[in-house]
Amino acid sequence: MSERVKFFPGREIRSRSIDEVLASEYAADLKYSWASGAAMSRFLIELKNGRIIARKCNKCKRILLPPRIFCEDCFRETDGWFYVKDTGTVNTYSISYVAADASRLKEPLFVAVINIEGATEGMGFLHLLGEVSEKELKVGMRVGAVWKPEAERIGSILDIRYFKPI
Amino acid sequence: MPKQDVAIVGIGASRFDSITAGLSYKELMFEAAIRAYADAGIDVRYDVGSFICCAEDFWEGNSISDEYMPDQIGAKLRPLFTVSGDGLLGLAHAYMHVMAGVSDLVVVESHSKLSDVASKEKIEELGYDPTFARLPGIDPRYLAGLEMRRYMEESGSTHEDCAAVAVKNKRNALKNPRGVYAESLALGDVLDSEEIASPLTKGEMSQPADGSIVVAVASAKKARKLSDKPVWLSGISWFSDAPNVEEMDLGQALYASNSSRKAYSMAGITKPATQFDFAEIDDTYAYKELQHIESLGLAKRAGKFVSSGRANPDGAMPVNVSGGSLGTGHLVEASALARVYEAVLQLRGEAGPMQISSHKKCVVQSWRGIPTQSGVTAVLSSR
Repeated sequence: MSERVKFFPGREIRSRSIDEVLASEYAADLKYSWASGAAMSRFLIELKNGRIIARKCNKCKRILLPPRIFCEDCFRETDGWFYVKDTGTVNTYSISYVAADASRLKEPLFVAVINIEGATEGMGFLHLLGEVSEKELKVGMRVGAVWKPEAERIGSILDIRYFKPI
Repeated sequence: MPKQDVAIVGIGASRFDSITAGLSYKELMFEAAIRAYADAGIDVRYDVGSFICCAEDFWEGNSISDEYMPDQIGAKLRPLFTVSGDGLLGLAHAYMHVMAGVSDLVVVESHSKLSDVASKEKIEELGYDPTFARLPGIDPRYLAGLEMRRYMEESGSTHEDCAAVAVKNKRNALKNPRGVYAESLALGDVLDSEEIASPLTKGEMSQPADGSIVVAVASAKKARKLSDKPVWLSGISWFSDAPNVEEMDLGQALYASNSSRKAYSMAGITKPATQFDFAEIDDTYAYKELQHIESLGLAKRAGKFVSSGRANPDGAMPVNVSGGSLGTGHLVEASALARVYEAVLQLRGEAGPMQISSHKKCVVQSWRGIPTQSGVTAVLSSR
């Protein structure tokens, strides 16, 4: 509040009674179909093949995962494809007890950031951990991808079911 | 002598197409950015102090689209913000950044990836007031039909005059490599096309396209160092009419007349009809170009003006020599920056087969689309 103004003009706006408090409801019906692009399309196709592919920049020597057509550090086109491993280490994790609909999960989900071996340090996947108990979880633990059977893979990061300790 | 404080020193455009299924929006942006920086002769990772993206989250399909903008335009770990408005509004911000001393080199980007949007009309519907003005079950572009009828009533422009805009712009686009919707049409083809919101026909409506445009803006000192052909941004202003449809001026474009008055006064324009060599202005719908020609003071009776050929590339005041949105496609928030791109090519004398003979000074103007009554006007000159 200003020191200079002692009394502000007008009065508080309010409805006359609770019966007069109305709202307009509307459910937006929005649909998108994002083009994955040159780099991510190849990445998704390789997931279907059970492999993880990255791009390399010959200038800064980084192996970029997820792959991108441009190097954001050097601001130039990247130079080629590079397969990385489907193993890595846990950078950080969280134990999630709440489902997307805000209901309580009986069995919590383990969400992790995984640094993938072969990619530049600090690059990898945001994914789930499985076949592991809460007690065993540890930052820095080595994990490997558990893939869906080939026939079930569709070209999605969920073609990897989860990562498990190795 | 108009103001020479802020100049455009580099422009880049990606490919324009009705569908770019093989590219992500990030890849489109990179394509435009790398060309703009080559054009400006700058190293984006060291030289640029501020980045501005013009994007609307609903078109992006991402509620924090600004977070995903930096990398592909060279702005990683650099100051960037997103303007939820058209590309010319981004240019206005760039002007302010330079004048305020925030940076002497600013990048503005805007793009359309409309081919990713499967529910374009639903997003337009979301723009209407939810309590008072959301009529269910109607394509929301009925507002364009309402406006077109009111405009014709007030101005005396005929439906044939409106259709003549579509014929002109689609014909102009035949010479433009970005002319996605270039066509050689007769008046009857436009008038007899499918009726969408009568009197508006499909042939009078710009169609969606994908594309990205990047513009580098510099202080006068920096511009003279970087470029032998700086394009001066000598005036820019913006304006919004009433939000309620009933209270909008549907006959005239108040946002264009009021924003242009301020932009013209900054740029020393007192007689727009004679001081400009050409105009690149909003033509989302054919009648809109006529309405804008009048509201910007380029001609008193825009219908006759266009129908008689005076807005043709060889006319007294060429309007949308590039083909406008009708000829090159509607790029949502990037439509206005596409007009800037085309205007800069003309001003520099680099428009190739589109080049007109007098090209020193022009007006560029935007409209944010239905159901808005918001727009920006800018004055650009090569000296």
